[in-house]
Amino acid sequence: MSEVILSVKDLRASIDGKEILKGLNLEIKAGEVHAIMGRNGSGKSTFSKVLAGHPAYEVTGGDILYKGESILEKEPDERANEGIFLAFQYPIEIPGVSNLDFLRVAYNAKRKYHGEEEIDTFDFEDLVEEKLDVVKMNPSFLERSLNQGFSGGEKKRNEILQMALLEPSLSILDETDSGLDIDALRIVAEGVNQLATPENSSIVITHYQRLLNYIEPHFVHVMYDGQIVKTGTKELALELEERGYEFIDELVEVGA
Amino acid sequence: MSSTTVKNLVNQPYKYGFVTDIETDTIPRGLNEDIIRLISAKKNEPEFMLEFRLKAYKQWQKMTEPKWPHVEYPPIDYQDIIYYSAPKQSKEKLNSLDEVDPAILETFEKLGIPLSEQKRLANVNVAVDAIFDSVSIGTTFKEKLGEAGVIFCSISEALQEHPELVKKYLGTVVPVGDNYFAALNSAVFSDGSFVFIPKGVECPMELSTYFRINNGDTGQFERTLIIAEEGAKVSYLEGCTAPMYDSNQLHAAVVELIALDNADIKYSTVQNWYAGDENGKGGIYNFVTKRGLCQGVNSKISWTQVETGSAITWKYPSCVLIGDNSVGEFYSIALTNNKQQADTGTKMIHIGKNTRSTIISKGISAGKSKNSYRGLVKMGPKADGARNYSQCDSMLIGDTAEANTFPYIQADNDRAKVEHEASTSKIGEDQLFYFAQRGISEEDAVSMLVSGFCKDVLNELPMEFAAEADKLLSLKLEGSVG
Repeated sequence: MSEVILSVKDLRASIDGKEILKGLNLEIKAGEVHAIMGRNGSGKSTFSKVLAGHPAYEVTGGDILYKGESILEKEPDERANEGIFLAFQYPIEIPGVSNLDFLRVAYNAKRKYHGEEEIDTFDFEDLVEEKLDVVKMNPSFLERSLNQGFSGGEKKRNEILQMALLEPSLSILDETDSGLDIDALRIVAEGVNQLATPENSSIVITHYQRLLNYIEPHFVHVMYDGQIVKTGTKELALELEERGYEFIDELVEVGA
Repeated sequence: MSSTTVKNLVNQPYKYGFVTDIETDTIPRGLNEDIIRLISAKKNEPEFMLEFRLKAYKQWQKMTEPKWPHVEYPPIDYQDIIYYSAPKQSKEKLNSLDEVDPAILETFEKLGIPLSEQKRLANVNVAVDAIFDSVSIGTTFKEKLGEAGVIFCSISEALQEHPELVKKYLGTVVPVGDNYFAALNSAVFSDGSFVFIPKGVECPMELSTYFRINNGDTGQFERTLIIAEEGAKVSYLEGCTAPMYDSNQLHAAVVELIALDNADIKYSTVQNWYAGDENGKGGIYNFVTKRGLCQGVNSKISWTQVETGSAITWKYPSCVLIGDNSVGEFYSIALTNNKQQADTGTKMIHIGKNTRSTIISKGISAGKSKNSYRGLVKMGPKADGARNYSQCDSMLIGDTAEANTFPYIQADNDRAKVEHEASTSKIGEDQLFYFAQRGISEEDAVSMLVSGFCKDVLNELPMEFAAEADKLLSLKLEGSVG
């Protein structure tokens, strides 16, 4: 049986006193891809930020176990160094900090955390150039300021490049497909697929079924008002696409 | 940013805060004509210098302290300051730096400025003039510079050895009655550096002055004069530190630069005076007048400053562009934290034709500090084809700091061009979270964000100092985000 990477138990979280996650349960094993769908405001992005430890959210109940251990007390940088990676919906632009420097500092932070020696600039450049292929990125991107002036597609590719470099055990892709044209979407999805191994797992958060044509999930979950209300296979995504989220409203009403 | 995420990055202990215990020759507190005569006599100055001082003192008495800077401090009691304090020396005149009181040599060594012959070898590209309280205690590499015709010494020594040069240039850029603090400085200045680069000479090494205030009741009033003759070129750097005292010390300096035809002067400052504690107790009042005169055609004066210390900073390194095609530059990083206050910027006065100036100012405010950029660009009636470009960026760290920009533009010539850009950004929770999510600690994140923000200015510093200044910025911010 494969290892359980993530186990979320009755998770409750709020921001500015407003409860957003209202008892969420989820279990993810190594090698699995889980899609989370749902309307705007259903708590999908909040869930991704709470997993990564965003300081604005307060966990008010339940637990998050990562590789068997609670991470609620861990700082965001520790969680990252332990192998939790969040590909942001809106990557931040940082003027004056080169993409290459940022990648190197991040890479070395992880090595240091695991008691490994930091690698020097030259070796790092070689490593990064290999990884550029994953997202078909031009090396000139490395010299530019982090995300500054990048198009929507370039920003998302840059997120996947970071993922390729940091080799996380759990990747959370928060609406990585939003704002992408079909070509960019395919490049990003192919990148994600290349990085999938039997040891790691990912959560793909999306509004639309479209991304799931490229990244095939093992499970599809539907979120509604801070909970996962339905779980199925990729057929569930197709059904949602066809019948719309009203289908979920009906489902919830019936359940209630 | 939430209060929990923004608290701890400038609370790093100030490592230059120690006091050196030495015997001093200190004059009585207070200021009057007799004190000025006493200072002048102690320095065995030529008559013209005493006249200069007394004239300045008379003007100062008629002036009032400026109230327009955006800073607040209790009234200064000018009669409670000691205007001259010097380490006692066993001999009248020292033959070499190695004869300086070992306690003082050790002080400079602790500050990372080795002065003794053997130690200096490691740092062969920089000549240093070291100033301790009111006097210069020595200048390195004098002989080597002398071979190139460069004069680099304390201004006291210049008054003995080259009085004609001092008389010709002193007060020509900043007149004795220029402003309240410049007048005070002109009356009581005790030492400072003097640089003369003769015609056609490119100074073979970086020159620098290191200022150290040691005595708790002493004001430091130094005077620096740099002259670059036709086609001469020099790069000069000053650094400053002081011990931690609960009281405030006044530092009122005057710096004058003169560039003749085709001359080029680059003046860099890394200022790390004691800033007071986190509640604003103690720290240096840094009230400084710095001005450069681009007198000759095609001359260039470039100011680069990294201001990280002092309780209050009040300074506007300026360029008066008289020579046609002359160039003025001002690159500035001003970082304030806790209760520090800074009102700093520049003046670019375009007088000659086709004169050009560039202003790049980066203000970083953290804690409960106040940080203001104040700048004037003036295009005179004859400045045909003159151009200025100004960029003033502010970065806020946390929710309790203040950043202001006061740009003044005065154009009396419609064939001159002035461009101004400004921006304000904030190191917020989302930026820090992005870094944290990639495994980067908050302190590393802030230091990367700040050096990224300051890159355009750090690039202007001489290489030896750029890395040091970058490190200083992160140190100063340590703990401001928590």
